[in-house]
Amino acid sequence: MSASDTLAPDPAAASQPAGSGAVPMLSVRGVKTFYGNIMALKGVDVDVYQGEIVTLIGSNGAGKSTLMMTIFGQPRAREGAVIYEGRDITKVPTHEIAQLRIAQSPEGRRIFPRMTVFENLQMGAAVDGFAHFDDDLRKVFDLFPRLKERINQRGGTLSGGEQQMLAIGRALMSRPRLLMLDEPSLGLAPLIVKLIFDAIRELNRSEGLTVFLVEQNAFHALKLAHRGYVLVNGAVTLSGSGHELLERPEVRAAYLEGGKH
Amino acid sequence: MDIFVQQLINGLTLGSIYGLIAIGYTMVFGIIGMVNFAHGDVFMVSTFIALICFLLLTTVIGITSIFLALAIVLVVAMFFTALTNWAIERVAYRPLRGSFRLAPMISAIGMSIFLANFVQVSQGPRNKPIPPMVTDVIVLMDNNGYQVTLAWKQIIIMVSTAVLLGAFWYLVQKTSLGRAQRACEQDRKMAALLGINVDQTISLTFVIGAALAAVAGVMYLMYYGVAHFADGFVPGVKAFTAAVLGGIGSLPGAVLGGLLIGLIEVFWSAYFSIEYKDVAAFSILAITLIFMPQGLLGRPEVEKV
Repeated sequence: MSASDTLAPDPAAASQPAGSGAVPMLSVRGVKTFYGNIMALKGVDVDVYQGEIVTLIGSNGAGKSTLMMTIFGQPRAREGAVIYEGRDITKVPTHEIAQLRIAQSPEGRRIFPRMTVFENLQMGAAVDGFAHFDDDLRKVFDLFPRLKERINQRGGTLSGGEQQMLAIGRALMSRPRLLMLDEPSLGLAPLIVKLIFDAIRELNRSEGLTVFLVEQNAFHALKLAHRGYVLVNGAVTLSGSGHELLERPEVRAAYLEGGKH
Repeated sequence: MDIFVQQLINGLTLGSIYGLIAIGYTMVFGIIGMVNFAHGDVFMVSTFIALICFLLLTTVIGITSIFLALAIVLVVAMFFTALTNWAIERVAYRPLRGSFRLAPMISAIGMSIFLANFVQVSQGPRNKPIPPMVTDVIVLMDNNGYQVTLAWKQIIIMVSTAVLLGAFWYLVQKTSLGRAQRACEQDRKMAALLGINVDQTISLTFVIGAALAAVAGVMYLMYYGVAHFADGFVPGVKAFTAAVLGGIGSLPGAVLGGLLIGLIEVFWSAYFSIEYKDVAAFSILAITLIFMPQGLLGRPEVEKV
């Protein structure tokens, strides 16, 4: 992290919320990921503590989604380590990582297009063994009543916003301890973005759900998050609390000016 | 009219067998995008498993009830054929996953040649007959000596096909195994992110496809009374044609395509020329690929994402 400009000697410790413990829930250490010979992540360090909302902002092609997928081993990190709840998961098969209760609403939403809304949610509940299916379904429908109206409709026929709600709902059905969201606001109307961000805040506040959020919409994401990281060309260049990052001139210049919508 | 009814019965019987094999093609294609050229030979292997099992039951163990024997043969053939196909997938296809797209297909062609030759060497190159079973027929019409008959074995074939397809449909549509299977078919990476073991699900697909092919194998053996090492190829390609005609990747399409190919073949033999029946069936493959590559019930390529 020699190139990174941190705001405190230990940025994670400085701004982590009180009572969250010293050991991060998710710790990404010096991860390098390649597509062929191209290095997409150049040694990334990120920590997420229990009960936090952490956001990763950066422009197109900075490697945000690559980091999200690398945590799941798709693709695998060629160097470095991913530690989750004290366990090195760098080489663990993808489906076993999901069984550790990390859920992801991935880039592009990846709804199963020829399955109904209900079946998509059932797919989410697979790792939980359907033990809490009815309760969780009610919670998801309370959060996104629109999904209830569309319950028997095929995923591929939903609008973009509805698909986003379904992707988040599907992730929640697995009762995650860590929820990873990749650009939940992408291509959505401002009203729906607000709805989704309110839902994330509410889940974090009422259930203590830990959230790792990737966003291009830096203004909303930094306002929502406890802490943030800025990713540029596959490397973390800045980190700090959400408010601190919002005040930084280079963040304002690069990600906020003209983008405050 | 009477000839028509008779051929309709024969065509539906043959079509049931093709449909059962076609499901194996279409499921494997759906989940890993590979045309499993060895599937016809897996079907052929199942006829030999059924033959050996049937002869053991009737001669060594001495079971006299033909229906009991058939039921046991069916279960045994399904089990061992499924096991064979599971092993084939592990040995010949899984190591090539992530390789270029053609690699597993070439491996499947090799596996097809291997299976046919293995059976030829171990079982001999001649037709292996079994004593005729279930020879009773029901006379439906008698028109000046031309009898329209419905054989009991035809009833058995159509009824067991319908029952097994029903069970299979339930498995795919209503159980979590089937849901995982469909999820992998639509987005393998996402399925893995949701905790689905993709490799296991692909294995399961091969197991199910082989079990249905084994049902077809038992029916084929009962219907024709012989097993032959080269009998995987032509029924296999016809079942593949059925899968393409119905729309590859579509399960109802495979069944519909199977029935249509069976009917086309039988009617062509009855009204035109029996020598050219295979030409008729394979022309359908060419015509479908040229004019309707998505098949009858296939889905269009474009999808909203």
